[in-house]
Amino acid sequence: MQSKMEVPPCPSLRKRRQQPWPIRLTHWFNVLFVILLAGSGLQILAAYPALGPRGALYRWYPFQGIAPPQALQLGGWLAGGRHWHFAIAWLFVINGAIYLAYFWGSGEWHRRLFLIRRDGRTTLWQLAFYLRLSKSPPPPDFYDGPQRLAYSGVIGLAAVMVLSGLAIYKPVQLHFLTILFGGYDGARAVHLAGLGLIALFAVLHLVLVLSHPRELVKMVTGGQRE
Amino acid sequence: MSKAKAGAALVTRRKFILSAGAATLLGGCQSRPVSAFLNAMQDWNGGFQAWLYAPSRLAPELPLSAQTPEAAIPVYYVSDFLPQAPPNWTLSIGGLVRRPMVLTLAQLQRMPAVEMRVQHHCVEGWSAVASWRGVRVADLARLVDAQPGARYVEFRSFDSNYWSSWDRASAFHPQTILVYEMNGHPLTAEHGAPARIYSAVKLGYKMVKYLSAIDFLPAPSGGYWEDQGYDWFAGV
Repeated sequence: MQSKMEVPPCPSLRKRRQQPWPIRLTHWFNVLFVILLAGSGLQILAAYPALGPRGALYRWYPFQGIAPPQALQLGGWLAGGRHWHFAIAWLFVINGAIYLAYFWGSGEWHRRLFLIRRDGRTTLWQLAFYLRLSKSPPPPDFYDGPQRLAYSGVIGLAAVMVLSGLAIYKPVQLHFLTILFGGYDGARAVHLAGLGLIALFAVLHLVLVLSHPRELVKMVTGGQRE
Repeated sequence: MSKAKAGAALVTRRKFILSAGAATLLGGCQSRPVSAFLNAMQDWNGGFQAWLYAPSRLAPELPLSAQTPEAAIPVYYVSDFLPQAPPNWTLSIGGLVRRPMVLTLAQLQRMPAVEMRVQHHCVEGWSAVASWRGVRVADLARLVDAQPGARYVEFRSFDSNYWSSWDRASAFHPQTILVYEMNGHPLTAEHGAPARIYSAVKLGYKMVKYLSAIDFLPAPSGGYWEDQGYDWFAGV
């Protein structure tokens, strides 16, 4: 995996483990926080499992009135779910800020961030290889194109979740933010759609990582120094 | 606003109470550090909400076309039956005030009125829009000369004593009013007749319906849902 890179790694990346400890630590805290946020979020959703304002529910939403399974809810009742959600949200944001500060400051972004000029072509190539449209895969890299796209995309998704969450929490005090998401009910829809995308990411991520268990080990031990 | 609606409100209340019991049970299962953490974060979030609240920030006024059909707005109360105003209903205003008063509906209606059509946010997650007409709570405070030491305002009702206490800043917001008219007609019993609190800057459970008394207080006095675990500040 660590043979030839298309972009020379920046000097600070040399002799660093494939998954340095700040990344491992924030990753596993993130797993915990996302699970707690999803559970408490579904508890809150269960109080009004519908999208759209009263008297004008959104027609496109297929699950109007259908509450999420009780087993996935956290908090016991609406007030409990809210307390969990608004408590963990702070930890999620702080953890994310630490991750991003390291991601940027250490230069890790070089080998992790999806950069369209570097990764656009190899992403299509890699996907073509998966679909058997190309006989050979692109040259190996730290992450392949689709991986970079997925991991960078989910960071953007986290930002959307924080902002749409704030828009629902404070539709008057943060009204500019609420407008950005198409109003209070629009922000609720975005927030729920975001949860769906995170769940999709988590399932794919789990399937892929379990089919490449060495990657899972790396996220625990750090892997080799490069 | 049929009986079915009122029945739905009752079911909701029972569900709330049942789940309150469940929460107590769950609270029993929660380890002490977890409860301490959640309580600390609850305090922190209360402070954060008060910090974020800007007294001059107004909720946008909405056009008539945004108004929700009245029958689609849920009807909540905590009594077993739809609360009915006593004959000769009056509103008493007291606490830390120079001139405590008892006002009739006619007297309230003679005060300078304001109208607003804003979005309603329920803690459950739904929103709705209605038009409201009434008197600013800030104007009532001036009328009775609320003292500077009155940093909190308690609204109490004849709906089984349902109540909520507010921070002074939110109670004195220009879009916090004592309402006697909704959507151009006198308040119906379903929506809190003869008078209720309505505000653009709080969640629905802070807006006490079936109003009976307003008291200006030196300390917060909790609230019906707040004392069961719901967020006290509950700003939006």
